[in-house]
Amino acid sequence: MNGRRTFLQMLVCFVLLSGFSLAQGGGELRFCLRSEPKTFDPLLVDDDSSLSIRYLTGGVLVRVNRHTQELEPELAESWKVSKDGKQITFKLRHGVLFSDGSSFSAEDVAFTLQRLMDPALHSSTGDAFRSGTGSVGSKVVAPDQIVITFPAALAGMDRLFDQVAIMSAHSPKKEAAVLGPFLVAEYKAGSSVFLRRNPNYWKKDAQGRRLPYLDSIQLDIQPNRDVEMLRFKRGELDLINVIDSDYFDRLSVSSPELAHDAGPSLDSDFMWFNQVANAPIPEYKRAWFRSANFRHAVSQAINRNDLSRVVFNGHAQPAVGPVSPANKFWFDSRLKAEAYQPEAAMKHLQADGFHLQNGSLFDKAGNAVEFSIVTNAGSKPRERMAVMVQEDLGKLGIKVNVVTLDFPSLIERISQKFNYEAAMLGFRNVDLDPNGQMNIWLSSAEDHAWNPKQKAPETAWEAEIDRLMQAQASSVDPKKRKESFDRVQEIVAEQAPFIYLVNQNALSAVSSTVEGANPGILSPQTFWNAERLTLKSNQNANVRASR
Amino acid sequence: MNTARKLSCVVVLAVCALSLAANWLAPAGYAKQFRDVPSSPPSHQHLLGTDDLGRDRFARVLYGTRISLLLAPAAALVSTVLAALVGGLAGYLGGIWLRVARGFIDLFLSLPWLFLLITVRALMPLNVSPLLSVVITFLILGLLGWAASARVLASSADGLRNSDFVLQARASGLHGPRLFLVHVLPNLKPVLYAQFWISIPVFILAEANLGILGLGVAEPLPSWGSLLRELEGLISFREEPWRLVPLVLLIVVMTSFQLLLSDNEEVTA
Repeated sequence: MNGRRTFLQMLVCFVLLSGFSLAQGGGELRFCLRSEPKTFDPLLVDDDSSLSIRYLTGGVLVRVNRHTQELEPELAESWKVSKDGKQITFKLRHGVLFSDGSSFSAEDVAFTLQRLMDPALHSSTGDAFRSGTGSVGSKVVAPDQIVITFPAALAGMDRLFDQVAIMSAHSPKKEAAVLGPFLVAEYKAGSSVFLRRNPNYWKKDAQGRRLPYLDSIQLDIQPNRDVEMLRFKRGELDLINVIDSDYFDRLSVSSPELAHDAGPSLDSDFMWFNQVANAPIPEYKRAWFRSANFRHAVSQAINRNDLSRVVFNGHAQPAVGPVSPANKFWFDSRLKAEAYQPEAAMKHLQADGFHLQNGSLFDKAGNAVEFSIVTNAGSKPRERMAVMVQEDLGKLGIKVNVVTLDFPSLIERISQKFNYEAAMLGFRNVDLDPNGQMNIWLSSAEDHAWNPKQKAPETAWEAEIDRLMQAQASSVDPKKRKESFDRVQEIVAEQAPFIYLVNQNALSAVSSTVEGANPGILSPQTFWNAERLTLKSNQNANVRASR
Repeated sequence: MNTARKLSCVVVLAVCALSLAANWLAPAGYAKQFRDVPSSPPSHQHLLGTDDLGRDRFARVLYGTRISLLLAPAAALVSTVLAALVGGLAGYLGGIWLRVARGFIDLFLSLPWLFLLITVRALMPLNVSPLLSVVITFLILGLLGWAASARVLASSADGLRNSDFVLQARASGLHGPRLFLVHVLPNLKPVLYAQFWISIPVFILAEANLGILGLGVAEPLPSWGSLLRELEGLISFREEPWRLVPLVLLIVVMTSFQLLLSDNEEVTA
């Protein structure tokens, strides 16, 4: 009897334990990278695929929680920014090991920072830390404490460390020794990247179990989205980080529980007019494009609700300005998206001497209003938006020619030859902080799209934006920074150098086998908490592994 | 004329007639956006449903057919004339002229034509009307698509240069342009016709390729290329079979052209 009871108890324990292991441990997560990773060096990362790998393998001092948008401690237990905004002190976590077994200390942070700031490395991550002339210094106070000093105040410096994966100063494995939850185990060029669980990862769950739960992640390099979707539907992939609205709707019909709409993302689509003084366009057109009345009229004549509904099947919101409402702290909530008001648009045009004649719009000198909008070939949503803008503006008598160009030709025209009239593109924003937009708003910047690289601001409002952007960048008081950047957003709304169209929603697909996924709006949308993801059953994984 | 050829003739003529009657058959026009019913299935108002922007697909198919069927032969004419000038003359003159022309043609054929088309298209002025853009697109196709035909014509003209009747004409004192125009060119006609017919489907498909890359005819003007772009991302044919109409039409017309062509080739042989 006792023997039978013991046997039953053992059976129950076995079932419970095996159930726990199926739900909580092991398995291989599979998803696609859309291009070949350009580098595995975490300090040289500049492309989406390398970013994904860095996120999964790199250990950082602090991490922006992709869900709450708050900064959280990682390898640093705590940190303190000095009052003048020039210094940050990190207190590091004890007992942390790199994947190769070497121990982590302040020396590794100093080494990483020194390498990051080396001008010969040309690290775009490092560029964000350049606050003024002079070098960035680091002082190892103790094995678990480091002080980093910048030549000038650097606003929001603590958040910048979210992008800095710490490298080992002593490991012979260089960038292969990592502090993140996974390590790169195999790379087949043009085919796949295989990540294996980092056995030395420092983080544990509430039950004291070492993370990550997954054994491995298989990243297949697959640029074709149709193939990616088909493989997801067949169960060969566990998630798709970003999907477009057409696929999303199809998936919603067949398997609504797998399709996730996290709401407006940080990304925006917009158009702008060429205002470059020496651009090879007729003088009268330059005069139109430099008129705020004209730009406002175009903005008011565009039906953004229709763009969101027709082009994105409702999975987009009319854009307000340079900051998406999804950016909880920096969005200026006093601003509203420009409403569709063709009558008001016509009044703006009449104020500048434009008039209608036989259904066509003419300026005061009698020139018919006609311009082209260039956009990149292959972007279906953008091409559709351009055609809808074409029809909307046609109602005002404005003739618009939509031109799609291959991307290199387009970039050459808009950034080197300035041989275009209007352009439509998108801005993929990965940084919540406005410092990430300095290259757009400063009149001297290369990406100041409508009139780049100005020696001195050509308009009073651009000078004001320059002043405000520099003021917010040199202040460490979040309230003051917010005030300055709110004013920038208001000036942009008043002057409409960019005509913001829509903020696309963050759409993703996650298989029902994945547990713990909570898709958000910040990149990486679906696997930002990869170390806590589990697979419901690792049966599939085993089948896949055996294949 | 065999049955297949008769049927092909009827198909091509019917498609041409339908496309020319687009103004009456589809008064909604190809550009008007019915934004309340994007991507809708066939209905009384929209016989083939609407596209992603709510435009009447039936109207777009008819107008697109008109554009592709009118301009592809025009581009074929341009390329055939160029081929006759380069290939025909080089073959007739022979010697160094023929060797130089063949080298030039081979060089031209070795160019990656799709990238060449994309580059040339990117160099075009931006502010051109959709109608002009379609003319330019096909003109570029015609100007870049002559080389293969020129090679065939050069070989044919080379063969004719040493034929008995040309030697006899030469012995009779005929030479220069008159010999070419009176004796050589008329004998090249069958090859020219064949090359012309072959070029039409090639150019239609080339425009469709450019359209798929988003570099073809400018919006809102439709063409078979831009209509075929709608099939991008179509996972199941069963979901929306009406979206396949442009593809079916293209296959039917191309097959008809090929049947007509094969018969024509038999006649010329």
